[in-house]
Amino acid sequence: MFSLRRTLAFVLRQFYLMQGSPARVVPLFAWVAIDMVTWGFITKYLNAVSGSGFNFVPSLLGAGLLWDFFTRVMQGVTTTFFEDVWSRNFLNIFATPLSISEYVNGLVLSSVATSSVGLAVMLVLASAVFGLSFFSYGLLLVPYLLLLFLFGIALGVVACGIVLRLGPAAEWLIWPMPALISPFAGVFYPLSTLPSWMRFLSRLLPPSYVFENMRSIVLKRPPSPYALLWGAALDLIFLLLASWFFRHIYRHAVRTGLIARYSAESLS
Amino acid sequence: MTSKVLSVRQLGKRYGATVAVDGVSFEVSRGEIVGLLGPNGAGKTTTINMILGILEPTSGSILVDGLDLAGRRPQALERTNFAAVYAPLPGNLSVLQNLRFFGLIYGVQDLSVRVETLLEQFDLLAFRDVKCGVLSSGEQTRVSLAKALLNRPALLLLDEPTASLDPAIAREIRIKIRAYAASGQAGVLWTSHNMYEVEDVCDRVLFLSHGRILLQGDPRTLPATHGKQTLEELFITVANQPVAGQPERT
Repeated sequence: MFSLRRTLAFVLRQFYLMQGSPARVVPLFAWVAIDMVTWGFITKYLNAVSGSGFNFVPSLLGAGLLWDFFTRVMQGVTTTFFEDVWSRNFLNIFATPLSISEYVNGLVLSSVATSSVGLAVMLVLASAVFGLSFFSYGLLLVPYLLLLFLFGIALGVVACGIVLRLGPAAEWLIWPMPALISPFAGVFYPLSTLPSWMRFLSRLLPPSYVFENMRSIVLKRPPSPYALLWGAALDLIFLLLASWFFRHIYRHAVRTGLIARYSAESLS
Repeated sequence: MTSKVLSVRQLGKRYGATVAVDGVSFEVSRGEIVGLLGPNGAGKTTTINMILGILEPTSGSILVDGLDLAGRRPQALERTNFAAVYAPLPGNLSVLQNLRFFGLIYGVQDLSVRVETLLEQFDLLAFRDVKCGVLSSGEQTRVSLAKALLNRPALLLLDEPTASLDPAIAREIRIKIRAYAASGQAGVLWTSHNMYEVEDVCDRVLFLSHGRILLQGDPRTLPATHGKQTLEELFITVANQPVAGQPERT
C-alpha cells in the first residue's frame, strides 16, 4: 500500500540536508538569479539596439525563466537521488519496506519543494527588476509551467535510472542533459529556424510546444490549445516511459546484485 | 504470530556459471540467535542480501514472519531490519535526523518516543545532533544498531555487527542484542568471524562454505561432535574443504 509518510520522509531529509549547508542552499536560487540578470540585460540591450519596438523581454527573458524552471525540476529529482549515491545509502534505503513508486514520488516531491524556491526567485527578479509581466502570457502560464514540470520530472527519473545502471561516475552525463535538449526545444528561436531533421526531433519534445505557443502570444498570434494538448500527451507518454525505465533498471540491479554492490564491498 | 521469524527454503543464487548460494535451507525461531558462519566468499552476505530483498534469488523462497518476501515484500520488510559494518548511515545527517528519516520509512509509531528510547539505550544522547560521518566507528555502529531496532523487527540481521568495536563496547552490544532476542519478540541472524563471540552469543550456528550449509548445531557442543577442540578449529577445517567435498566428520 502506498505510504505518503514514506514519500514525505524524502522531503524532510532534503530539509535536514539543507540546514546549515550553504553548498545545497545557494544553488537553489543563485544560478537562476544569475541567469535572470544575464538575460534581463541582454533583452534590455536588444530592445535598445533593435529599434523595432519589439519587446524582447517576454520572449527571451520569459523563455529563459521557463527553461531554468524545467532544468531546476529535473535537477531537483536527480539531486535527491544523488544524495543516496553520494552517501552510499542504497543498501539502507532499498532494504526497507519502501516501494519503488514511493521512492520515485519522494524524489518528485523533493523536486517540487526545491524548484519552487528557484521559480519564486526568478519570478520576483524578472518582474521587479526587468519588468517581465506575466499577464502577457495570461492564464497559459499555468499549463506552460505544468508541461515543463512534467517533462523535467520524466527526464530526471530517466537520469536517475542511467546513474543507477552505469554507476556514480555517470553523474557527469546527467548535468548537461538539459543543455543537450535545449537546441531541439526551440527555447529562444522558432522551430522553423531548425533544419528538418532537428524539427522532427523537436516535435517529440513537449517543451517545444510550450515555447512555440509562448512566442505566438508574444507576437499577438492566436495560441494553439491543440499543440499544448499534444505536448501534454507527450509528457504523459514520457512519464510512463521514464517510470518503466527506472523500474526496469531497478529490477536489473536487484537481479544482478548491483544495489548491494553500489554501497557494499561484499564481505563474503 | 508464527514461531518462525525466518524460513529459507532451497535458496539459490547464480551469476552465470558461478554458484554463489546453492540450495540453502534454514530457519530462525523467535527468541533465537543463529550464527551464519563461513569463510570469505562462502555466500553469507549474498544470503543476507537476498533476505533483505536487495538481491533476487535464482531459486527458492524466503518467508519472513510467515510472509513471502517475493510476493509481500513491503509487509515482510516492515518486520525486518539490519545492521552491517559496510552499510553505515549517511554521514551528512545527524544521529537524530537519520533515526527520524528511517523511522518514517519503516512506519514507526510514536517515532519521537522510540527514537529517544534508542538514543538512551545505545548511549547516544550526547551525539544526537552530531553528524554521523564524524562519529568514531564504534559510535557509528551503535547508531546503525539503533536504526536496526527502530521498528522492533521480528527478524534482525546483523552482518559483523561488532567488527569495528573494542572488546568492552562489543560486549555491551552483545548483551543488548541478546536481551532483545530473549524478550521473545525477535529472531536474530548473526554473521561473524569471531568464534569466541559466536560461542558466547549464538544458540545455533550454520557453517556455510561454497554456498552450501555443511554443518549446523550448538556452537558449544559442535566442535566436540566433530572431533575438534574449539569452534575456530572447526571453522578452519570447514573453510579448507574442497569445493565439492563434504566436511570432515571425525
